[in-house]
Amino acid sequence: MDWVLIITQLLNGLQLGLLLFLLASGLTLVFGIMDFVNLAHGALYMIGAYFCATLTEFTGSFLWGLLIAVPVTAAAGALLEISIIQRLYSKDHLDHVLATFGLILCFDTAVHFLWGPEGKAIPLPTFLDGRVTILPGIEFPTFRLSIILTGLLLAFVLYFIITHTKMGMLIRAGASNRQMVSAHGIDIKSLFTVVFAVGAAMAGFAGMMISPITEASIGMGNEIIIVAFVVIIIGGIGSIKGAFLAAILVGLIDTMGRSFLDTLLKLILSAENAETAAPALSAMAIYILMAAILAVRPQGLFPPKGR
Amino acid sequence: MFKKFLLLASAGLMAIGPAVAAEKVKIGFVTTITTPAGVIGKDMVDAVNLAMEDIGGKMAGLDVELIVEDDGFKPAIGKQKTDKLVKQDKVQFVTGFIWSHVLLASQKSALGAGKFLISSNAGPSQMAGKLCHKNFFSTSWQNDQTPMAMGEVLNLNNVKSLYVMAPNYAAGKNMVAGVTRTFKGKIVGKDLTKWGKDAQLDFSAELAKAKASGAEGIFVFYPGKAGGAFIKQYAQAGLQGKIPLYSVFTVDSIALPKLQKANMNGVMGSVMTQFWAPDLDTPQNKKFVSGFKKKYGRYPSFYAAQSYDTIFLIKSAVEAVKGDLSNKDGMRAAMEKANFPSVRGKFSYGNNHFPIQNFYSREVVKDPDGVWTTSVREVVLKNHQDTYAKDCSM
Repeated sequence: MDWVLIITQLLNGLQLGLLLFLLASGLTLVFGIMDFVNLAHGALYMIGAYFCATLTEFTGSFLWGLLIAVPVTAAAGALLEISIIQRLYSKDHLDHVLATFGLILCFDTAVHFLWGPEGKAIPLPTFLDGRVTILPGIEFPTFRLSIILTGLLLAFVLYFIITHTKMGMLIRAGASNRQMVSAHGIDIKSLFTVVFAVGAAMAGFAGMMISPITEASIGMGNEIIIVAFVVIIIGGIGSIKGAFLAAILVGLIDTMGRSFLDTLLKLILSAENAETAAPALSAMAIYILMAAILAVRPQGLFPPKGR
Repeated sequence: MFKKFLLLASAGLMAIGPAVAAEKVKIGFVTTITTPAGVIGKDMVDAVNLAMEDIGGKMAGLDVELIVEDDGFKPAIGKQKTDKLVKQDKVQFVTGFIWSHVLLASQKSALGAGKFLISSNAGPSQMAGKLCHKNFFSTSWQNDQTPMAMGEVLNLNNVKSLYVMAPNYAAGKNMVAGVTRTFKGKIVGKDLTKWGKDAQLDFSAELAKAKASGAEGIFVFYPGKAGGAFIKQYAQAGLQGKIPLYSVFTVDSIALPKLQKANMNGVMGSVMTQFWAPDLDTPQNKKFVSGFKKKYGRYPSFYAAQSYDTIFLIKSAVEAVKGDLSNKDGMRAAMEKANFPSVRGKFSYGNNHFPIQNFYSREVVKDPDGVWTTSVREVVLKNHQDTYAKDCSM
């Protein structure tokens, strides 16, 4: 086992983790502040990717596509919140799950109708499509590195907003005690819309950043949303800091599992069994972690204060 | 008296039953329409519809009804849909099946009810060996064969060490077994990645391992949209030109238009093996490819080619018995002869009803219009029969 591989895999894990954070941050805010279970959060990840693909085609540049698609996705999120989600806040969790599951089906079908069943690839500009030498001997794809950098930047911006602005104060207050916030005469309704739109933009941005690697495809959000839920449960619902650390943890565990588990298993199992068991086990690893954390700390690692 | 009446009535019904059913040839086609893999299903259904047009919607004077069902990429749903086709629609032929695990889950529902089951793609080792059945036919190949041909190509190219990647399901394991069987060098690393509805599409960790392994070649099997995703990441990770790519069922006319759009030039000249290519020189293939391109404005994939063959295989059976669909023995005997115009040219069926056929090496090229496609190079395995045929007791 060489250190070049280990460092590369750490970077790969970090990249996956930051992508998960982008998705989980919106989810944890919506869940934490509005007490709203939004299964359709993954649909926003998907439509963000499709908006970006179409806009990239239209403008001829991925960067322009990204720049326009983010506010468009935020607007779509706000529209969704005002038209449908708002009516659901007063209902209980089961209704949330049912309604947002229905929304997933609507979004998937709408995308099928508008863009067709085949996915959409997003071509990258040349300067993002290559590799950079990070340390002597370690080359890393430029685009994956840019996911890491933008992810870290956004995490910092979000952290700053939440800890150092009035808006952030309201969000923290909302996550700790919703009723008290509205009792103080804060317009919680428009705060909810803004938070939902920001969450949608973050999810959409995550979708836009993964699509040049895989592609924009129908149902792409439905798989990753489950992992995002694992992240917010591990991190503590409503906590951005928790979502950040849990996302990195999950990203690293997943990547390291895929990288080294089969080698480890071969020490105790036959080669054939190890090869079959390793992918299954590494897929399970994050759920095992979640179960363990739920058993020891049911509120998650970093729950918001006052809960 | 009443009892007698019932008996008579039921006898009457039974007499009418087959006659009513015989008015139409009913073909059930199970494929994946939803999920991102739906793009494969679409190609297959397009090909079947083209075949239906080409035969004028009739076989031996009977109308042909096609019922397409979506398996949702899930074995359990594939089985349900097969049950529906058999019990509710009362089809005589159940066909389609992209995925080996879906076919394995569904086969009993069709074969147990005495229906003909024709796989238009999936070729799991079980169906070729122990589970072989007199009413099962394949218009494709057994999973191991194409990677076995690839193993030979690797030997010819003097590749000494290989890194292997495939999805973790029935066909993925068959593909790995196939290439391992014929490749004479050393396999230095192997990854079986998560597959199904929530398949893994980001291969960062695996590609880093492949790079670190120092292998002289990388063998992959990633059908459908995973193929395009893999090739993009292979290039982004900088493996292109360092570790040459040898693929099966990964670079096809479903992946190529997207790769061309994304300008992934690295795929040009990449080598794969297959029983067919759009430019394979047979009369039926020329008719099929030009008809498909004219109707749909794109190249057909191998999935489409096999689906097109499926309809002509059934037609040969129905015509051999002159439309008497109750004559199953006659239809079976006709199909065993493989006496129909196939896109791959003349071939024969083995004892397990899998084709004994040629496998070619193919290369990615630009056609005269600048469209990326695959072109046949040379025969790698001639009249090749799969290795599981000996386990089949037929």
